[in-house]
Amino acid sequence: MSSAIETPVVQSAALYCPNCGGSIQLRGFAHTLTAICSFCGTVLDTSTPAFRILQTAQEWQQVQPPLPLGSRGKLDGVEWEVIGYQIRSMESEGETYAWGEYVLFNPYRGFRYLSEYNGHWNFIRTLSRIPEGAVSERRIRLDGQVFRKFQSAQAQTTYLLGEFPWRVQVGESVNFIDYIAPPLLLSGEITGSENEITWSLGRYITGAEIWKAFNAPNLPPATTGVFENQPTPRAGSVGGIWKAFGWSLIGLMLVMILMSLMLGGRTVFEQAYEFDPKAGGEPSFVTPDFELKPPTGNVEVQMKTDLENNWTYFNLALIGTDGHAFNFGHEVSFYEGQDSDGHWTEGGKSGAVTISSVPAGTYFLRVEPEGDKTKATLPVHYRLIVRRHVINWLFPILALILLAIPPIIHSFRGLGFERARWQESDYPQGSA
Amino acid sequence: MPIPLQNANCPGCGAPVLFRWEHSIQTTCPYCKSVLVRTDVDLKLIGRIGDLPLESSPLQIGSEGQYRGKPFHAIGRILYEYDQGIWNEWHILFSDNTSGWLADAQLEYDVSFLTASPGPLPGPNDVQLGMNFRWFDADYQITNLTRAHYRGVEGELPFQYWDKHVVLFADLRTTSGRFASVDYSEREPLLFTGEAMEFDDLKLRNLRAFAGWTI
Repeated sequence: MSSAIETPVVQSAALYCPNCGGSIQLRGFAHTLTAICSFCGTVLDTSTPAFRILQTAQEWQQVQPPLPLGSRGKLDGVEWEVIGYQIRSMESEGETYAWGEYVLFNPYRGFRYLSEYNGHWNFIRTLSRIPEGAVSERRIRLDGQVFRKFQSAQAQTTYLLGEFPWRVQVGESVNFIDYIAPPLLLSGEITGSENEITWSLGRYITGAEIWKAFNAPNLPPATTGVFENQPTPRAGSVGGIWKAFGWSLIGLMLVMILMSLMLGGRTVFEQAYEFDPKAGGEPSFVTPDFELKPPTGNVEVQMKTDLENNWTYFNLALIGTDGHAFNFGHEVSFYEGQDSDGHWTEGGKSGAVTISSVPAGTYFLRVEPEGDKTKATLPVHYRLIVRRHVINWLFPILALILLAIPPIIHSFRGLGFERARWQESDYPQGSA
Repeated sequence: MPIPLQNANCPGCGAPVLFRWEHSIQTTCPYCKSVLVRTDVDLKLIGRIGDLPLESSPLQIGSEGQYRGKPFHAIGRILYEYDQGIWNEWHILFSDNTSGWLADAQLEYDVSFLTASPGPLPGPNDVQLGMNFRWFDADYQITNLTRAHYRGVEGELPFQYWDKHVVLFADLRTTSGRFASVDYSEREPLLFTGEAMEFDDLKLRNLRAFAGWTI
């Protein structure tokens, strides 16, 4: 059926300012209750055909809002027109903070709002449902989600431009209370003698998104500081980075375990010797042959001594029957005693040298120990232990440290961000 | 589809008057704006309405929509004015011949139905903001008390309603978007219950056109 009465297209009303005669085009049709003459700043009651002057402005200056009145843009798939702009301010700890609020209009879907402070924006709509919990509480819920109380203050309107679907004048104040669950901002505006609360829900949005949607001129206001419901940058990815770190840790450990299981740290030669530095003669000797299995890899030579307040220098050569030779040396020294601080030790009784990239083959060690011939020391007893494919924990540990840097930096940045956010709150973190 | 119940003529101007719903008690003449009340025998002219700010809603008589899958169309409305603007109570007729109300308060929409109150309702002198009621397994809280001025009527209504003065309404909301309203315009308070609706969920058609806008 379609028995509708054909009604004419609703035209926007054009009227004249009763103060200066300037023309005023109403964008909000019959919904506009307050309009501000853009020529003289007079605040007009537009709820009746005869515009009533509510307030005249002295030394009126038209402020050009960054997002101009009359701009149209699509947010969440719906077209909105900017019809009103007000500047509101609040006092906190002796400081005055001022921010802008835009009224967005669509003749079918009603009103939305944009707020802007220091380049931080919120896309806001009033709610037809109420939060769970009393405003005296530090946490309340909306749609099951927990919101934390951030601040409560009085907002005073200091400048008006365009149209408003409510009655407003410069100088009017309302109390508000903000709860946050970034990127959401749940705000209650408390009005009237009976403290009626109007709840609204804002979602953090970047100036760049708005400028793109509204095809606005110039650049959006620069962003400074951290805003109350600004999402932590890469908020989703800090956890993700730690998860990636966890996985690489597990991967690395698996590789190390596999390596040590398959070829790790096999002792290929072990023998005990005695060395008396005072004995004279030629102390050098060669060990029996031992096999170093493929693949090419490291060899660790350990020297375990019974040195006591003495030193031994081991001149060593790992010599392959095919001609490969690796010359190296290592001093082992151990001292201990008593002083006013008690017992002390220096050095150690054992030492080890790792030679990397040793091809497989048959090898032996040439050993030439040197010692202190002057002291009346006892002969040194030592064991030589040769191990093939020793796992060097230094590299995996270094790798772990390097891998941990990005998640740690991200976490610190996130913490700094949260600290900056809550510094502006009436309810600083830590006392929560 | 509603049928014309009674082919009568407006006692004011003689134009034909059509009723779309058998239970309608009152209508307005679209030509001379007379308020007409149906009696057993004829139409009685009980008053006239002045010029109304009709463009305060995108709906009009004959606009169609859906609520929970049930099609409806608008057959009448009451306009109220309060200190924050005008709101419209659209009388909507469903295809099953029941009727309800679609409120459009500055383009915020609620659908509601006259409901037998599950408990005692506070009187007009006792009702207060913040009062809580447990109805139909939900917690309703009084969020607004509105003293509205009757502004006018248009089309078919299920009762005689015109020339009222100040009317008190208490609006109630829940955490899940359910809506209730207590109407203190009659001797006994009347309870209406329903829910808040998004414009796009109402699937409205045959709306008024606004210059420079598409739906």
